[in-house]
Amino acid sequence: MKFIHYLENISGVSIYPLTSLLIFFIFFVVLLWFVLKTDKQYLKEIEQIPFDNNKQ
Amino acid sequence: MNKETFHYDNKIVKWFAYATMLWSLVGMLVGLLAAFQLVFPVLNLDLAQTSFGRIRPVHTNAIIFAFVGNGIFMGVYYSLQRLCKARMFSDTLSKIHFWGWQLIIVLAAVTLLSGFTTGKEYAELEWPIDILIALIWVIFGWNMFGTILKRRERHLYVAIWFYIATFVTVAVLHIVNSFELPFSWMKSYSFYAGMQDALVQWWYGHNAVAFFLTTPYLGLMYYFLPKAADRPVYSYRLSIIHFWALIFLYIWAGPHHLLYTSLPDWAQSLGVVFSVMLIAPSWGGMINGLLTLRGVWDKVREDVVLKFMVVAVTAYGMATFEGPMLSFKNVNAIAHFTDWIVAHVHVGALGWNGFLTFGILYWLIPRIFKTDLYSKSMANTHFWLGTLGILLYAIPMYWAGWTQSLMWNEFTPDGTLKYQFLETVVQLKPFYLLRSIGGTLYFLGAILMVYNLIKTIRAGKAVDDEAAEAAPLSDVYEPHHTEHWHRWVERRPVQLLVLSLVVILIGGAVEFIPSFLIKSNVPTISSVKPYTPLELQGRDIYVREGCYTCHSQMVRPFRSETARYGEYSKAGEFVYDHPFQWGSKRTGPDLAREGTQKIRKPNSWHFNHMYEPQSISPGSIMPRYTWLFENDIDMDITEAKIKAMQTLGVPYEQGYEKEANKDLMKQANEIVADLQKENIKAMPQKEIIALIAYLQRLGTDISAEPTNTQK
Repeated sequence: MKFIHYLENISGVSIYPLTSLLIFFIFFVVLLWFVLKTDKQYLKEIEQIPFDNNKQ
Repeated sequence: MNKETFHYDNKIVKWFAYATMLWSLVGMLVGLLAAFQLVFPVLNLDLAQTSFGRIRPVHTNAIIFAFVGNGIFMGVYYSLQRLCKARMFSDTLSKIHFWGWQLIIVLAAVTLLSGFTTGKEYAELEWPIDILIALIWVIFGWNMFGTILKRRERHLYVAIWFYIATFVTVAVLHIVNSFELPFSWMKSYSFYAGMQDALVQWWYGHNAVAFFLTTPYLGLMYYFLPKAADRPVYSYRLSIIHFWALIFLYIWAGPHHLLYTSLPDWAQSLGVVFSVMLIAPSWGGMINGLLTLRGVWDKVREDVVLKFMVVAVTAYGMATFEGPMLSFKNVNAIAHFTDWIVAHVHVGALGWNGFLTFGILYWLIPRIFKTDLYSKSMANTHFWLGTLGILLYAIPMYWAGWTQSLMWNEFTPDGTLKYQFLETVVQLKPFYLLRSIGGTLYFLGAILMVYNLIKTIRAGKAVDDEAAEAAPLSDVYEPHHTEHWHRWVERRPVQLLVLSLVVILIGGAVEFIPSFLIKSNVPTISSVKPYTPLELQGRDIYVREGCYTCHSQMVRPFRSETARYGEYSKAGEFVYDHPFQWGSKRTGPDLAREGTQKIRKPNSWHFNHMYEPQSISPGSIMPRYTWLFENDIDMDITEAKIKAMQTLGVPYEQGYEKEANKDLMKQANEIVADLQKENIKAMPQKEIIALIAYLQRLGTDISAEPTNTQK
């Protein structure tokens, strides 16, 4: 059973849903790749931004 | 480096806070009126301006755009300045924004009560106000971007991304959904028709929830929750995934409001798939919020601000779990058109938006006024009243929704429907009453809050310009040792805006382009003809009175629906409907086939029923529409209406606009003559005649099609 059979069962399957599936997949992979590579120290600095001006 | 001294503008924050408090009470009070009207129809007061169909849009618009809208601006104006270490870009723009927004709210209330409506949910405001909204929104964006550009903090904290996405997406949604052709100074027809109008409207409607009620509030959560808990957000990494995944996925999910309707199957499937995927970023956000409190849960016991915020984030989690579940076609088949949806949205509105706003107000007001909260115990009482109110609101509504659905779908052993529609309405009244009591508790809590905050304000003294200092940005940026492309975006607000725009446009484009360009998505039905002038006038009255708030015009392809209403609805039947009137709720029965032989009632039935529904249908909760018997049809505008429809592509013959009124009177006289047979004296120029003509036309076109003739 090839994957394409599942797609063919969707009525009106065409380039649009296929493209969107690909976009979605690539989008998440890029996002994950990016956050996993981010430097921890850097994130620590950024998450402190709301507190820097807390001198009331 | 030399530090610069500057002042935060607290005055504008204070104003938006006042507006938030005021409109919260107004919006909730109107909601209470609407809730009680469904139990005691006499509260419609037999007046056009106070009838449910006009009150309900005032309630939804007041809560969304007045209460939550001002809440957004209050929170954004406070946090943005501090996150950018800069005063708002322009005090003048801030003022124009504030007063412009309040003007829109007042105009909205007045025009909606006067019956000026586009008939598209949460986008009911007519074209002049639409233009004003666009202008004021641009002012807000300009002011926000000006502030961001002159910031003293290089990196844009995640809250600001949410604000930017909110700004750009709401602008796109508002403009695209508000394409309309004016035919008078206050009235217009939607540019789109039928299925396409529905798709655009629910793309808008769903994303109004996403980008007006959710993303700005998530931004506020990412600022105010860490501030209130005095610790940084649990995972900044998660917030990055949360942001991009949320704005990317949300935009696709609109079609889940149209499952089993005449929307093409592939679009429905896209809506379902993306709605289900939405649970991932939504829960990512909720978990990020709740885990921010790790190690300080003891504080939650003491601090009323945190209590409100915890319930808010939990309600967000529940609503965003329920949303994807409701998007499954089999669950949606049960829930759609019922009170379940009302329960669902109120968990979001009362829990998430309401409680987060209250938490922020309790945190913010004492800080701006440099004093302590007047009464902590009063705030705690508010918390419990509010929480009980939500429960007492939501539980009866869930119950009502299931009851409704089960009763609609029940057949006798002989294979006929077990219940008349009216029996289901009567059955629900106790639930509606309980819901009203829940709403009252919530409202009482809000009154306590306003009193508490006024006392706090009186005790303190506002610091309108709060001094702060920070070093300016250096001209040259020294990158971090592992510079990364996303770091690059995080420093550049304009690029972030463009990237957000691209991300949110993808989903809309994939769904819209085929729906509009590929003809097979709306199969033509040759017997579907444009409305006659009288029916068109009647349709506009139907829209004006907000009939769509209680009646759908969409028979889904289920046995229980075709048995009750007749042939299921086809996309081709709605091609001349500017705007579409499929509705989203069946407090009353569906009207898509109202004129067909199967359920057609005599003209006299409609005449008497509109005058006093309870006399024809004992136990009905429909308002009386007495003014339709007094008001004359505005015949001066028939010509402009026909012309506008021609422009929109409705095939009236060339020059027909001049003849239209003649046909209108002819048809009206026929109805009057028919009424006369039953000893009803009516005048042909009255609005009720036009409405009857419209109702008798509904769903009949398809019967003329030989292949679709009903048995």
